[in-house]
Amino acid sequence: MKRSAAPRTLRKSPTGIRGLDEITGGGLPAGRPTLLCGGAGCGKTLLAMEFLVRGATEFGEPGVFIAFEETGKELTENVASLGFDLNALVASKKLLLDYVYVDRSEFEETGEYDLEGLFIRLGYAIDSIKAKRVVLDTIEGLFAGLPNQGIVRAELRRLFRWLKEKGVTVVMTGERGDGTLTRYGLEEYVSDCVISLDHRVVDQVTTRRIRVVKYRGTTHGTNEYPFLIEKDGISIWPITSVQVEHTASHERIPTGIERLDTMLSGKGFYRGSSILLSGTAGTGKTSVAATFAEATCRRGERCLYFSFEESPSQIMRNMGTIGLNLQQWVSKGRLELQTVRPFSFGLETHLARKIQSITEFAPQVVIIDPISGLDTTGTPLEIKAALMRLLDWLKLKGITTMLTDLTMGGSALERTDAAISSLVDTWLVLRDLETNGERNRGLHILKSRAMGHSNQVREFVVTDTGIRLTDVYIGPSGMLTGSARVSQEARERAERVSLNEEAERQQLALECKRAALEGQIAALRAEFSAEETIIARTFSQDKLREASLALDQAEMGRSRKRDIVKSIASRSRRNVTGGALS
Amino acid sequence: MKTATPSHEAKPAVPVPRAWELRLYVAGPTPKSLTAFRNLEKICEEHLAGRYQIEVIDLLKNPQLAQGDQILAVPTLVRKLPAPIRKIIGTLSNTERVLIGLDLRPHDPEPFTARKGERNG
Repeated sequence: MKRSAAPRTLRKSPTGIRGLDEITGGGLPAGRPTLLCGGAGCGKTLLAMEFLVRGATEFGEPGVFIAFEETGKELTENVASLGFDLNALVASKKLLLDYVYVDRSEFEETGEYDLEGLFIRLGYAIDSIKAKRVVLDTIEGLFAGLPNQGIVRAELRRLFRWLKEKGVTVVMTGERGDGTLTRYGLEEYVSDCVISLDHRVVDQVTTRRIRVVKYRGTTHGTNEYPFLIEKDGISIWPITSVQVEHTASHERIPTGIERLDTMLSGKGFYRGSSILLSGTAGTGKTSVAATFAEATCRRGERCLYFSFEESPSQIMRNMGTIGLNLQQWVSKGRLELQTVRPFSFGLETHLARKIQSITEFAPQVVIIDPISGLDTTGTPLEIKAALMRLLDWLKLKGITTMLTDLTMGGSALERTDAAISSLVDTWLVLRDLETNGERNRGLHILKSRAMGHSNQVREFVVTDTGIRLTDVYIGPSGMLTGSARVSQEARERAERVSLNEEAERQQLALECKRAALEGQIAALRAEFSAEETIIARTFSQDKLREASLALDQAEMGRSRKRDIVKSIASRSRRNVTGGALS
Repeated sequence: MKTATPSHEAKPAVPVPRAWELRLYVAGPTPKSLTAFRNLEKICEEHLAGRYQIEVIDLLKNPQLAQGDQILAVPTLVRKLPAPIRKIIGTLSNTERVLIGLDLRPHDPEPFTARKGERNG
């Protein structure tokens, strides 16, 4: 933090307060005074104190707190609720609390004077702990306490010059005046950095906001940012500054409903995309969202589920009836259910708290059920802007977001109250299909960026083992759902059965035919073999006869003493016969 | 520290206790400091002859002492005794105001109105 190290850029003194360094581009101007102004109870003292505590604990810069309104003991007690142990810091000489008491009624004033006593006190305090940071809370006490304002003003000017020479970073607080930043015009002494705090009540809901009014020599966030005072200090969520520069993931994550994955070109949602689930009351938005949450936890990822309507135990009980055991994931720390009533805070505070919870829990999937719960917290334009910031922020973090939105009966179904349809990547519409005197649920994908998705309306059935998407039946009067679908299914089953029977019958007939044919073949073959036998027998009888004939002839020739003819047996029968005749 | 000796008899308007312990806080030997001390000494001699003690504290030498008496402005006169503690800031140039501040004069019947008028003017 040496001036010579960076001669051109303004040196900054990091506050360590979440978000404040972001909007001031690194902290407060080092070695210069900063004015922190705002109305009563807006958190000036707390912010100033956190600046010192963080400086002492995180940046090795001891600090002096000059309190004009509260004693050191009161201050210590007040900030103990934020987890700041001032006594320990004071004991280790990292912090010095000095209570400057000025009460007009306790002294007389006569003649000239100056505030050298204050300078000396301050200088002594700074030197005794080698302080780098000083808080004056609030120096306006001097105006109220000292009668001669001319002297006070002249001395204040001298004080700030002197503090600048000392090179300490000063934060001074000032009460908001009527139409001015501070009641006594402190801003005229501080030209470097002015931060305004605000605590506004709109529709009975208060929101704390912070704004950098001016910061000489540096760029800074100019908007009003909501801030929270939480158990561990102040957090500012400068989500208005979010840029659209997230990288789109190609990874896909299943929805938890098998056939819905199929509809989304077989793989489910893109990781880091935003999904809107809209529908009228009772169309099963929470069931789809809870199924998605359950699938997320089952994969070993974490899911943060914000609800505006049902308490965590109610959600778990309700989802238990459709076969989703959410309790096990809560116990394993993979699922967190948070229920906040919409009117508990203003829109900005809601958003800031959500972002804080998300930052702490670091989930892969965030579900907000329903965003229409935010309707009461602002105008549609405000809500859209806020949601846009939230979605951009979530995308930047690569967190997949599912928003449900309750569409009011009678209004256009494909319209969201928060008008955020253009912000989401995938939009699932759950709808009532009213046919044949019954209402059934249907689901279709209105849009899904970067994937070839199904264009069919599927019937959506909630069973005690989860959500099921069924086939689409198109009847003469349109899509068949509910009992019409069931009867259609039955009819088709019956048709299938009769078809089967027919096939079996034909098969049997064929078998019979084959058996008959084979019988015929066997008969023919038997006949043939009988014939063959007869022929063979005849042939052998002929041979016998021939042999006996030849024998007879030989006998005859012997008796007639005739010449012996050789090889007579090899001659043909005719020849033999001829021979016999000759 | 300096103890003044009585020079003549004074007639105090109200009965005063025996010991007066006064502290004058200054920051170095500035003209204001010196004026204040001279004025104080003069008033004490006139009204508290022989019954007072003035302790001059130079905050440049003893800065740690500023906290105890809640000193902001210099010069500041603090009446330690008699109790209660009273403070007067400035060079003590208006003797009447100093006497009122030290409780050496009975208060005006309507001190508030009078003082207010003075300040605004």
